[in-house]
Amino acid sequence: MTDIEPDATVDARGAACPGPLMDLIGKIRSAESGDVIRLLSDNNQSLTDVPEWVEEAGNELLALDEHDDYNAFYVEKV
Amino acid sequence: MTEHVVIVGGGTGGTVLANDLADRLEPELDAGDVRVTLVNDDPDHVYKPVWLYVPFGQREPDDGRRSLDDLVDDAIELKIDRMSDIDTESQRLQFRGSSPSVDYDYLVLATGSTLEPDRIPGLAEAGHDYYSESGATALRKELLEFTEGKLVLSVIGAPHMCPAAPLEFVFMADDWFRERGLREDVDITYTYPIQRVHGNPHIAEWAQPIMEDRGINVETFFNAESVDPKAETITSMEGTDLDYDLLVTIPPHAGIDLIEEAGLGDDGWVEVDKRTLEAEVAENVYALGDTADTGVPNAGSVAHYQAGVVGQRLASEIRERPATATYDGKTLCFIETGMDAASFVEFDYENPPSPAPPSEKLHWSKLAYNESYWLTARGLL
Repeated sequence: MTDIEPDATVDARGAACPGPLMDLIGKIRSAESGDVIRLLSDNNQSLTDVPEWVEEAGNELLALDEHDDYNAFYVEKV
Repeated sequence: MTEHVVIVGGGTGGTVLANDLADRLEPELDAGDVRVTLVNDDPDHVYKPVWLYVPFGQREPDDGRRSLDDLVDDAIELKIDRMSDIDTESQRLQFRGSSPSVDYDYLVLATGSTLEPDRIPGLAEAGHDYYSESGATALRKELLEFTEGKLVLSVIGAPHMCPAAPLEFVFMADDWFRERGLREDVDITYTYPIQRVHGNPHIAEWAQPIMEDRGINVETFFNAESVDPKAETITSMEGTDLDYDLLVTIPPHAGIDLIEEAGLGDDGWVEVDKRTLEAEVAENVYALGDTADTGVPNAGSVAHYQAGVVGQRLASEIRERPATATYDGKTLCFIETGMDAASFVEFDYENPPSPAPPSEKLHWSKLAYNESYWLTARGLL
C-alpha cells in the first residue's frame, strides 16, 4: 500500500466504463501541475484504460493499490 | 390528505411520466387524493433528436417543438417557471418567478443536461454544435456553404446526450458530401476522449471499421483543452493540435447547479440506486433520464423506460403497496450510418449491444419513430 497523500480523490466505484476514466480526466483538467489525484474504480477496464491514458497524456501513474473489490490509482499531473 | 407529486423537467422523461401518472392514478386524481404537477421553464416540450437533421437542411427546429399544454393530460397541473431551490428536508421547492413555494410528498427530478462550452477556452466563439436549437441553426448556415476544407467533429463532453449522435453526424456528413461530389475536397476527422471511437466497446468495435472504410480520420485519446479561433486549431490535453476549417463539437455537459447545491450529487447528476432510481441521499426523491446518474446512455429511450418504472413505483407508494418495479438498463438507439441507411442497438445492464447491419429499412424506421415520438410524449406509445 502506498503512503502517498493525494490532493484530491475521485470515487468512481459503481460507474460503468468509461465513466471512471472520464471522471479522472475531468479532475485532471482542473488540477494544478504537480497535483496527485487518487481514482477509485471497481471496473476492471480501468486497469488498462487508466494507464494507457496517463501515458498518452504525459502524466505519471505513481502507484496502483489493489484492494479486494476496487483499485486505487494515484496519478500525478505533470 | 392529498398527496402531491411534483415532476421538474418537461423533457421526454418528465412528460412521459406526467402522462403515465395521469393514466395510472386516474381514480386518485379524480377523487382529489393525489395532485401531480409538472414544472418546466419553457411552455414548449422539445424533442432534441430533430437537431441532428437541421444542419443538413432536412428538418426545421420547430419540427421538434410542441406546446406542453397540448401534450400533457388535463389532469396534470402545468407550472411554467424556473426552480430556484430544492430543500429535501422540508420537501419544498422555490421558484424564480412570482410563483409561491411548492411542497411535495414525492419529487421527480428530470431536469436533463445543459451545455457548458465556456469550460473550454475559445470553444464558445469557434465551435459549432447540433446539441441546441441555436447551435443546430448556426451550424446549418456553415455546413450548407461548406464545400472544401477540414471538418473536425470533436467529442468533448462525456457523458453527453445521445452517445450515438457524434458517429451519426460524421457518417451522415461523409455520405452527404459524397452524394454532392464534394467528398474528395472535404477532410473529415472525428476525435474521442478515450482510446476507442465510442464509450461502449461493442459499438466502438462496430463503428471503427466503417470509419476506416469511409476515409474518416480518427483521433482517440483527444480531450480538448483549448481552441484558438484565429489560428483555427483545437489542442488536446494529450498535446495534439488539429487544424480545422469547420469545427463541430459535443460541448461539455452538466446537470443543473441546484442538484449539487441540494447535496443530491456531483455536476448536477443525482446519485441514485440504478435500479429503483431513488435518490441515495434524500427521502421521496427520484431522478430519471440524463439527471439520474445510472451510467447508461443519456438517451430519450432511457428516459422513456425509466419514466414507466418511476410511474409504477410512485403508484405503489401512494397506494401503500410495496414498490417492486425496477429499471434494468434498457436502452434502444437507431444509429444513422449515412443519409439513407441506419443501424439499431438494444441493450441493458446485463446484455451488451450488437449493432444490426445498416439498412434503408432501419433508416426509415428511425425517421418514422421521430414522427411518431409525439405519441410517446403523450404516453400512448
